Amino acid sequence: MNDLIPPFDWQYVVVSTWTGNVGGYGWLGWTALMGFLVAATCGLVGNYLILRRMALVGDAISHSVLPGLAVAFILAGMAGGGDAEEISHGVRSPTVMFLGALGAAVVTTIMIEVIHKKTRVKQDAAIGITFSSLFALGVVIISLFAGKAHIDTECVLHGEITFVPDDLFVVIGGREIAPGPVVRMAGVAGVTALLIVFFYKELLVSSFDPGLAASLGINATVVHYGLMSWLSVVVVSAFEAVGAILVIAMLIIPGATASLLTRRLPWMMGLTIVHAALSSVLGLHLAMWLECSVAAAMCVAASGLFVAVWIFSPSEGLIRQWLRRRVEGPEESSAATAVQP
Amino acid sequence: MALRAAPGLVGGVGAMARLRSGVLAFCAYLLVLGCAPSCFADRIGDLTETSVVDQAVRFFTFRDESLRYALLGAILLGVNCGLLGGFMVVRKLSLMGDALSHAVLPGVAIGFLWNMTKDPLAIFVGATIAGLLGALTVSAITHTTKIKEDAALGMVLSGYFAVGYCITSMFGRLETGNKAGIDHFLFGQAAAINRDDIVLMSVVTVVTVLCVSVFYKEFLVTSFDAAFARATGFPTMLFHNGLMLLLAFSVVIALQAVGVVLVSAMLITPAASAYLLTDRMHRLLTLSALFGVATGAIGAFLSFLESGLPTGPLMVLAATLVFGMAFLFGPRHGVLMRWWRQRSRSHRVQRENTLKAVYQALERRNFKGESVTLLELAQRRRETEEEARRQASALIRNGLATRHGTGEQIVLTPEGWLRACEIVRNHRLWELYLTNAAHIAADHVHEDAEKIEHVLGEDVVRQIERRLDFAKTDPHGRPIPSIDDMRRGAGGLFGRDELVGYGRPT
Repeated sequence: MNDLIPPFDWQYVVVSTWTGNVGGYGWLGWTALMGFLVAATCGLVGNYLILRRMALVGDAISHSVLPGLAVAFILAGMAGGGDAEEISHGVRSPTVMFLGALGAAVVTTIMIEVIHKKTRVKQDAAIGITFSSLFALGVVIISLFAGKAHIDTECVLHGEITFVPDDLFVVIGGREIAPGPVVRMAGVAGVTALLIVFFYKELLVSSFDPGLAASLGINATVVHYGLMSWLSVVVVSAFEAVGAILVIAMLIIPGATASLLTRRLPWMMGLTIVHAALSSVLGLHLAMWLECSVAAAMCVAASGLFVAVWIFSPSEGLIRQWLRRRVEGPEESSAATAVQP
Repeated sequence: MALRAAPGLVGGVGAMARLRSGVLAFCAYLLVLGCAPSCFADRIGDLTETSVVDQAVRFFTFRDESLRYALLGAILLGVNCGLLGGFMVVRKLSLMGDALSHAVLPGVAIGFLWNMTKDPLAIFVGATIAGLLGALTVSAITHTTKIKEDAALGMVLSGYFAVGYCITSMFGRLETGNKAGIDHFLFGQAAAINRDDIVLMSVVTVVTVLCVSVFYKEFLVTSFDAAFARATGFPTMLFHNGLMLLLAFSVVIALQAVGVVLVSAMLITPAASAYLLTDRMHRLLTLSALFGVATGAIGAFLSFLESGLPTGPLMVLAATLVFGMAFLFGPRHGVLMRWWRQRSRSHRVQRENTLKAVYQALERRNFKGESVTLLELAQRRRETEEEARRQASALIRNGLATRHGTGEQIVLTPEGWLRACEIVRNHRLWELYLTNAAHIAADHVHEDAEKIEHVLGEDVVRQIERRLDFAKTDPHGRPIPSIDDMRRGAGGLFGRDELVGYGRPT
């Protein structure tokens, strides 16, 4: 047990992370930046999932992206006339990947809607049925088609954020700018921010007041499918860094933490980004110290921040609730109201 | 924009060398795809290269020990998950299973750390504790904050999983760290189910079945009417937590067979299929357990048949197939049956409207002659003759009318006549009822009567007739056919001698 937790070495854990070349990896700042970009992008989209009570649809889409990718790659491979080897190494363009993810998101959304609307099965069960069948389908398709490549299991669920600094650098005008994944993720983050700014009103109104949205001529179905499609793009971009399951943490935890601190949506967005930055930096240090998976450590840090806010939040933290109960008597418990626009 | 490898940044780690060899950085996705076959090495019929028939024979003779264990495990799992899933689905807690299955990972890791072996009991205890903690965290978050249950489930799911994954990824540095045992919990390994696992599964299944049958009434009342249960001083929280404990047990044993991601399918899908087929809880539980067993067995069989296919996902797909069948062909709630019922209902309404038109056409000429031409029918309904011909053939197909003369005329059969009278009677009685009892203007009652004439039952009509004191004419002054008139045929209406149609008394 004692071998498991290494001693805490300030120089190694905190300082060398930012200054040197640790353990054969490149500059770990890139990892932190990548973690921040992933968490911030996911968190921004996740805010809307939380507001619309669709947090678990995010869970579903992050799983069902797998068959989407599998089918897209296999189709692309067939179009290119390649064999299994080529499928797993040759054809992998972002277009194919995003198309696969989009297809998966649309299929998932439709399947959930159909099961939910056409039968008396509730939405939660519909989500469970949908994502588990699609994930199983993805696994079966992969084991039928994708040859016999020998690669370890880590990557399926956990991503490769650790190797970001060693990735190919994007070169513009002869100067190395940043590793490829960071540049791509920054692009996705930028587009996400732009989309939120452009469609702020539509997203806001349709999330809080569907009736008002309808009277303003906002098509709720279009907004729903648009959000789901963009969610799939974000998920597939984050997938690379943190894997299928930890994406859910990135989607939900920042927004949920922020919602404990404020009731205004713009503030919630800002706090989401702060939370993303903190959890990515803290997570990186945690991973340096414990020598564990960086992606998992970032999610642990995010959860830790949530727990801290849950306990210490000035407006409705556990301590505050306890104090209030002591002052005002037991019947006046925390009147928790929803976030307001 | 050009890409080139950054020099001097790449270490000598094997995994990294592999990554470096990729030209584009989308390797990770391909790793996702490529690594699946090796990590899902949980096929039962892995080692043999035989024909499908041979494999089927091997399957049904149960010669292989590993197959016997896998099948037994799948069946036990089906019973267990089916029973608990029934409660989860009706309580809208379906995704609790999903959350728990991810939340047990830290428990699995710590159970493994206990003595650095894959000791089923230590892992079982650790995982159950972690699962219960997860369930408690969900209810703590939803009770003390404004965060909704879905977000709370998602946070517990991913947060606990991250902690668990952190711990397991630290094993890599330990010399004794045999991570293989842990990895199987992510995807399940039905082929590796051994005697100890079966014993554990049997114990858990027996406990579940006992608990559910002994406390059936209690679980029922807490599931369907928690407020009533609380009001009668019933310890609802105790039963809720008991259910969560059973759920944690079954999630842990299911991990071995189907893995973390797919456990939720074993809990939800059979139960949701059963939910589509029945309204009674005890039948739902029985059916759901049956479906669980069937899908487990089918999954095991399929993966045995075709070596190279993983068992867990096939079990899930079999469950989805069952759900699809229930979704389409369920007798009460199935989509096809509903569509069929709707269709036949609309056809019946159409036929009845045609009958009414025939009756009105006859009435127009004071029931002279018994045949109605298609042209008359078409004019009556303000439709084309083609349309009228189609409706006439629908009547003929259903034995409500026969063709007469050159085929351009139809005559009602006795049943057709009776049905036509009934519809007209329903319509006119209802109009009269609305004007007399509800004081609706006479020119506003037709539309409503058009709709209700098809659904009024015999008893209700008699009741209305009695209320209206056996009135003879409707608000528009037309006669309402009475039961006697119907029996005697239309001739009785006006006291004529020449009787009309097949409705005349024999």
